[in-house]
Amino acid sequence: MATAQSRSAARLMMTPAVVLLLGWMLVPLIMTLYFSFKRYLPLRGGDLGWVGFENYVRFVTSSAFWPSVQTTLIIVGGVLVITICLGVLLAILLDQPMWGQGIVRILVIAPFFVMPTVSALVWKNMFMDPINGLFAHLWKFFGAEPIQWLSQASLPSLVMIVSWQWLPFATLILLTAIQSLDSEQLEAAEMDGAPALKRFWYIILPHLSRAITIVVLIQTIFLLAIFAEIFVTTGGAFGTKTLSYLIFQRVLESQNIGLGSAGGVYAIILANILAMFLMRIVGKNLD
Amino acid sequence: MARSVTTQRKTINTVLAWAVGLLIFFPILWTILTSFKTEAQAINDPPIWFFFDWTLENYSVVQERSNYMKFLWNSVIIAGGSTVLGVIIAIPAAWSMAFVPSKRTKDILLWMLSTKMLPAVGVLYPIYLLFIKLGLLDSRFGLVIVLMLINLPIIVWMLYTYFREIPGEILEAARMDGATLKEEIIYVLTPMAIPGIASTLLLNVILAWNEAFWTLNLTAANAAPLTAFIASYSSPEGLFYAKLSAASVMAIAPILIMGWFSQKQLVRGLTFGAVK
Repeated sequence: MATAQSRSAARLMMTPAVVLLLGWMLVPLIMTLYFSFKRYLPLRGGDLGWVGFENYVRFVTSSAFWPSVQTTLIIVGGVLVITICLGVLLAILLDQPMWGQGIVRILVIAPFFVMPTVSALVWKNMFMDPINGLFAHLWKFFGAEPIQWLSQASLPSLVMIVSWQWLPFATLILLTAIQSLDSEQLEAAEMDGAPALKRFWYIILPHLSRAITIVVLIQTIFLLAIFAEIFVTTGGAFGTKTLSYLIFQRVLESQNIGLGSAGGVYAIILANILAMFLMRIVGKNLD
Repeated sequence: MARSVTTQRKTINTVLAWAVGLLIFFPILWTILTSFKTEAQAINDPPIWFFFDWTLENYSVVQERSNYMKFLWNSVIIAGGSTVLGVIIAIPAAWSMAFVPSKRTKDILLWMLSTKMLPAVGVLYPIYLLFIKLGLLDSRFGLVIVLMLINLPIIVWMLYTYFREIPGEILEAARMDGATLKEEIIYVLTPMAIPGIASTLLLNVILAWNEAFWTLNLTAANAAPLTAFIASYSSPEGLFYAKLSAASVMAIAPILIMGWFSQKQLVRGLTFGAVK
């Protein structure tokens, strides 16, 4: 069917995209690897020679490392739990017959399209500000002392902001998955007298398991890299320094390129492990 | 009997879903409302919901003081330019993978996807250094290139899934009639693929518009798009809620509207065809 000529043409047409992505992947990656084995301080003498694995050791033994791992786990884990649980409930709700379904869908999806700097700033100032924020008004209305959200409860606040951004994504994908569920199966179960909770547990949830896995993997990859939300709200203070924010600070703020690059290599390895699981699922779907 | 039960259930569903929907949408609604208030009304305790003196003043102030149009123009160029460039590069690649698949097609697709997973901080300094060396720091051109590369895997994937739905027989018929490869792509494939290409453009403009790592780290005064414009409101201007709201609304309005049209493509584009 495909001639030899069209095969070579096809290969030629693929070349620009492949070469560009290969360059985009390899050039910075090799540079990061190179710097990670050097003592490299652009503001204090520049390239000070090879140091072997010293940066790798120093990155994981620095006092900021374990807290940042903990922060990363809390943010990623917290957001995943909230968005998946609420996402499943919302998807089931939105799948029910109702009036104005299209409009409700639009309302629910909207936060996903708000740029991260806007949502971070709107939440930080207009909702979480301890004096003029809406939450402060609400707390005072009930006679409670307003909370200093981003300093006293910095991690829960961040989890809340990021969950708000990602809930639409989880909901939309889970809703798409639910809509592909065979409704006859559910009706049959209902006729047989299976209560709602059992129908959910034995029919809906297993059907959603693949979609949930995909949401978990994709969100994890994006959540590990959240930047603007921290940059705008706390700037990494009050225990909100994630692993990627720590690397950012090492590289651009303290300009310790060797140390930051070693951290970067750790981040790349971690992301690749996660990506492998995602690839396996996506790849299965290709055949 | 059965019908009345459904109506009752439908009413409960409707009330519940609208309540949840409005709750989730509330921060955006509140921002929009606040943008029309005066600064004093914006921080009033108790909050004023609808009965305030509606004013457009904040919009004109934000416009005058911070040169909003320049940031907007940067966003348009960067998001639009990177997406269009990406689509131009991706169309031939997606075409060849969809219609002349080889044993390695699947591996290449998955490999492309894996480049998307590369954490940005891991390569921040190399890119930063290259930008300085090439004089691209704080230039729109540099950001167009970087955002194009970031979104290229998604663009190729989306186009690939759309192209695969086009029956190959039509292309073969065109070939039989003597169409060259170029003619085949321009006159036969492209018209059929326009809906798919449009969806791909739409979703990737949104992603590029909202990208807030490279746009914050690689720009300063010249090439800064709206993401950086808003970040500059962090303090102390951020405490002027009405102006912050007006600036926010202007930054998100175009994309919010486009986003609502792209709901379906969103699922397809962001799950790489794994959920349809």
